[in-house]
Amino acid sequence: MPVLASAGGDTFAVLPALVLVPAVGALLVAVLPRRRPELLKLVAVATSMVVAGMSAWLLVAFDVGRGADMQFVFRQTWIADLGVQWLLAVDGISLFLVALTGVLFPIALLAVDPGHDDRAYFAWMLLLEAGVMGVFCALDLMLFFLCFEVVLVPMYFLIGRWGHADRAYAATKFFLFTMAGSALMLVGILALAFLHADATGGGLTFDLVELAEAQSLGTATARWVFLSFALAFAVKVPIFPLHTWLPDAHTEASTAGSVILAGVLLKLGTYGFLRFGLYLFPEASHHFAPVFLTLGLVGIIYGAVVATMQHDLKRLVAYSSVAHLGFIVLGTFALNTEGIEGGLLQMVNHGVSTAALFLLVGMIYERRHTRQIDELGGLQKAAPVMAAMFTVVMLSSIGLPGLNGFVGEFLVLVGTFNAHRWLAVAATGGVILAALYLLWAYQRVFHGPADGGNAEMRDLNLREGLVMAPLLALIVAMGIYPKPVIERMEPAVDALVAHVEAHVDGFHESTSRFGADIAVDSGEGHDADAGVGHDSDGVGDDH
Amino acid sequence: MVDLVWLIPAFPLAGFLILTFGGRRLGEPGAGWLATGAMAGSFLATVGVFLEMSGRDGHDRRSVTTLFEWVPAGDLTVDVGFLADPLSLTMCLFITGVGALIHLYSIGYMHGDGGFRRFFAYLNLFAFAMLMLVLGDNLLITFLGWEGVGACSYLLISFWFTDEANASAGKKAFITNRIGDWGFMVAIFMTFSTFGSIAYVDVLDTTATGTVATSTATFIAVMLFVGAIGKSAQFPLYLWLPDAMAGPTPVSALIHAATMVTSGIYLLTRVNPIIADAADWVPTLIAWTGAGTALFAATIAVAQRDIKKVLAYSTISQLGYMFLAVGCGAYVAAVFHMVTHAFFKALLFLGSGSVIHGMDGDQDMAHYGGLRRLMPITAGTFVIGWLAIAGVPPFAGFWSKDEILAFAWNENPLLWLVGLVTAVLTAFYMTRLVILTFFGRRRYADPRPDEVEAAWASATAAADAAVAAASAAVDAATADAEARGDDLTALEAVVAARDAHEQAVAARDGILAAAGARPEVEAIALEGAPDVGPVVDGLPEAVSSRADHHPHESPWTMVLPLVVLAALSVLGGLVQLPFAASTRRLEHWLEPTLFGNEVHLSLQGGTLWVLAVVAVAGGAVGILVAVLAYLKRRVDYRVFERPILAEAWRLDRRVADFMGGPGRVGFEATANFDSSVVDGAVNGVATMVRSEAGLLRRFHNGLVRTYAAGIGVGAVGLVVWFLSRTSF
Amino acid sequence: MVVTTSWYLALAAVLFSMGAVGLLVRRNPLIMIMCVELMLNAVNLTFVSLGSDLGDLGGQLSVFFVLVVAASEVVVGLAVIVAIMRRRQGATADDLSVLRG
Repeated sequence: MPVLASAGGDTFAVLPALVLVPAVGALLVAVLPRRRPELLKLVAVATSMVVAGMSAWLLVAFDVGRGADMQFVFRQTWIADLGVQWLLAVDGISLFLVALTGVLFPIALLAVDPGHDDRAYFAWMLLLEAGVMGVFCALDLMLFFLCFEVVLVPMYFLIGRWGHADRAYAATKFFLFTMAGSALMLVGILALAFLHADATGGGLTFDLVELAEAQSLGTATARWVFLSFALAFAVKVPIFPLHTWLPDAHTEASTAGSVILAGVLLKLGTYGFLRFGLYLFPEASHHFAPVFLTLGLVGIIYGAVVATMQHDLKRLVAYSSVAHLGFIVLGTFALNTEGIEGGLLQMVNHGVSTAALFLLVGMIYERRHTRQIDELGGLQKAAPVMAAMFTVVMLSSIGLPGLNGFVGEFLVLVGTFNAHRWLAVAATGGVILAALYLLWAYQRVFHGPADGGNAEMRDLNLREGLVMAPLLALIVAMGIYPKPVIERMEPAVDALVAHVEAHVDGFHESTSRFGADIAVDSGEGHDADAGVGHDSDGVGDDH
Repeated sequence: MVDLVWLIPAFPLAGFLILTFGGRRLGEPGAGWLATGAMAGSFLATVGVFLEMSGRDGHDRRSVTTLFEWVPAGDLTVDVGFLADPLSLTMCLFITGVGALIHLYSIGYMHGDGGFRRFFAYLNLFAFAMLMLVLGDNLLITFLGWEGVGACSYLLISFWFTDEANASAGKKAFITNRIGDWGFMVAIFMTFSTFGSIAYVDVLDTTATGTVATSTATFIAVMLFVGAIGKSAQFPLYLWLPDAMAGPTPVSALIHAATMVTSGIYLLTRVNPIIADAADWVPTLIAWTGAGTALFAATIAVAQRDIKKVLAYSTISQLGYMFLAVGCGAYVAAVFHMVTHAFFKALLFLGSGSVIHGMDGDQDMAHYGGLRRLMPITAGTFVIGWLAIAGVPPFAGFWSKDEILAFAWNENPLLWLVGLVTAVLTAFYMTRLVILTFFGRRRYADPRPDEVEAAWASATAAADAAVAAASAAVDAATADAEARGDDLTALEAVVAARDAHEQAVAARDGILAAAGARPEVEAIALEGAPDVGPVVDGLPEAVSSRADHHPHESPWTMVLPLVVLAALSVLGGLVQLPFAASTRRLEHWLEPTLFGNEVHLSLQGGTLWVLAVVAVAGGAVGILVAVLAYLKRRVDYRVFERPILAEAWRLDRRVADFMGGPGRVGFEATANFDSSVVDGAVNGVATMVRSEAGLLRRFHNGLVRTYAAGIGVGAVGLVVWFLSRTSF
Repeated sequence: MVVTTSWYLALAAVLFSMGAVGLLVRRNPLIMIMCVELMLNAVNLTFVSLGSDLGDLGGQLSVFFVLVVAASEVVVGLAVIVAIMRRRQGATADDLSVLRG
């Protein structure tokens, strides 16, 4: 059970700093003169670098041994009468999402120049970073909701002012859709807090850990409240059929907007399911798991099929995000360690590789001023370095072992297989489709003869190469050696699964046990179907 | 030394890294030599490990070297580790050995290509992945190598990517492989679910000493089989291999003949305890799939004109033999054939590459012929390869194929029959290939059917033009004569013009008649050069330039590997001679990895001799018929080269039609569903809100009196309501 | 049939509702003012009849107040309306529709 220990950097309150520094940076940028875009960019990049540095420090200072505990806790009362606090902490689950945010924002800021209204752009970006950090670190429900909604506003402007042709429609759609989904979540939060206060007779509190450990809602009530939360997260993830805001938002946003949207914002939903869905409502999660598993499977297949038929390269990548996030949802609701870890790992992996993909597509757009696949072709001849990078990122997205995408995908499928066999068998078919649409797109864009503008396209310059390098390095490194990431996640995930097991009658984590199906000594193999593994008296060594 | 087994894949990996990040300075032959050196280093390391391992006792010949922990998640712990045992070392020996030779060959073959460095980088990366596949100590490392070779295959097939067909072939290969990978992944999940581990040591030992539930073992075995047929191009996942010939020939030799395609058989051999515990129909399925594919592919190879396509279908066919062996429980025979096949198929592919190189990229055998004096070493080594694959004793192929046929007879005589027919066809089409390429008359200078057509067409056009000109001349002369009255010279000119016109018409009629009566140009002109008759001068430039340019022998970097491989094809049979227990070296060597699952041949020596003689006789028949058809020209070769065979039973076209037709329609329908229905619902909500708002807007007409009326009515209503609720 | 106080009250109610409806329905400002006068006078009638009925002089006093207010209101209002209607022919109350949705 997660313990709110004040650990690690006992002197330096790093988490509030992670939230406040970008906010202050945004303010600073807002007051700087408008006519000095280089200065504005410098301040913005510097701020995000400071945040990146702090999140790197967080990674290092994180105590692996106590990964299940909430570390770096910061607690400050905010609205005493309502029990709302500034409560920030990280554990194994949120640690890497914080790090991902810290890494992606400087890259997004460095890679792309807004072109106009620089001051507002940088201010919004930094404000967005502050909001996202708040979401990942918040352990108070009101604070979480506040930050969850706050991130919508900068994103709306980022899409609406610096996007492409249809940006107004896309931005409005994104904002309204997401907000409509999360409107009910507020009701759910209040219901949870008030009902808890009634049940315990104590004061009103929005502290996540307290609420989750107390489990004071009745089963039916908990299910309704869970649904209200789930709706908000389902729109954010996005889960089929609430996904249609995503292609428009991704396609019409500028490159940096797409990078942040795909790399970070989508994870708010999946993180929400883990931290708030499973933790607060274990029984409801277990009850509704089949629904979400099915929807995840549908997302995997459907997203891939629709992606295949897209003519716009960016839209294709957007639909591929739907497919990838389907895997994450699948892993989350497998409700076992491997599945959830796979889902978490995929959150980070997807963030890195899709960000890289959007950056590359943005580079192509910047040179060729088109995203239509029909107008591109034969680019590998003109830009071999870009083609090589695209190949690596594409193979990561396809899930080639040795690159980061594979480990997460594999764990998700292993976990799902242990829990729901045939779902996993069907979901594995998604890997075929992933290869189909990505390779076909790559062939149409990079292979073949080059003509006209395609033949004269220039290759990557130094800045672009420097921006892509850390992402590529992460892709390879996390594929070869994911162990440090996994071992930091594992205690927290184990604790979460144990929490679900404890609060759901008759539910045991489905995993494999050595010897479940084997009769070692005699030759009488019982012809029982290899059932979903249950705790058997392990024969032989437990490996 | 065994602890240094990680050196084996490390060398090619280092080669890849150096070539990718620092190779620009190496330039042309340097990059190739570096890559070849890496492979040679890998081979030496393999030999070192092999020598040490063979010095050990039989039961001791297994060593697991773990490098680091890869995925420790929950109950699943996967290490990056290497399992050095007889099976993996056998694979490594021929992968690194043949691989090194092919690297050396490529230095000559890829000379002058703009992507020289990139080619060798990919080739080294492929070698790394392949070695990881065979050396991995658990299913996931094998899968890493499995997908890695798939990716490298994709990169190398589409190496000359500016040609759309090459790019498409690469994509097709990857996706077809992926279908097999689906099966492999599901098998890994089931294995983990059952055993709690996916390390070979755990899984195989447990299965071998205990008993796994039949249904579980069947499931795992079938799923691994699905993976295997994807990678080893068996029916129905074979469609990618012929297209993969679009890649450079060394790629075809290394990947699509000797190494990658054998991964499936390696995998099935590795998990033989699981197959043993599976239901009885599983090995039967494997055997019949192999036999069926072998026959199927052999029928297609008979009618192919592209030399590489013949070899591609031949590879599919030989892989079918290996699957047949696995299905009959003859794992040793399968590995044996894998090794000999690596030798002679690589030899054949490299030889064909040498021929293609000498013929400046032409792959159509109709244009070959009589090359043996122009490329003697290539021809000589190729002949050895031919004899090996045709199953002529004492070359390597005979011993391995014969062993498989013996086990097939042991299992089911029908399987043996299919194998025999395939062997006959194999001998036939390989002899056909050799004759068409190296023997007979030289056809490279012949005009080709389309060129002849063009010549006749231009001649006819010229004749028509001449007639038109002549009639124009007649008209001019007649007009001139009329203008000048009865001038004698003018009249004579008219007569002359008329004569000329008649001559032109006669000439044209002559040409038309000749064109109508001319014999059809043969596809393969075995008898003699096509008689073009009067239009000889109309033939395009290309014909004469071809006549001047003679095919030539290849440089030593290409020829040396051919010689080495030829020697191996001769001597390769020595590892497993069936005469006595002591000569069955391969069997003894592989024994610890087979857990006693090798089927015991219950045939007597006499039966074996009869089977061998029948097989050799069958091969002789095949060779004889091909000689009669193509060399002696006593039989019309068109009897064998049916169009449906040339079109590979039209299956590929049906699949392509389906994917482009109903497949595409289905996908498009889904995409349209998304944009119109799902998104339409969202937009529909917005539209609905807007229209509702439009309705409600009517209340706001801006007139104070309406508002006042509303207030009045509301006030009255409130009063009434309150009054009605109070009792007076 | 004796005419009682309630008759007067009923008449006043009828007059008042006619005035109210007329105010809400008619658009011409002059008519609207006339309706307002009608309402005021109906109220006057109510005051007088009830004052008489209850014997309270307060009823008649109120009438004076109402009459004074009505008169002054008419003076000012009518003057404004007439001034506007001279400026713009055919001006109606419906012209004030800026609050339209």
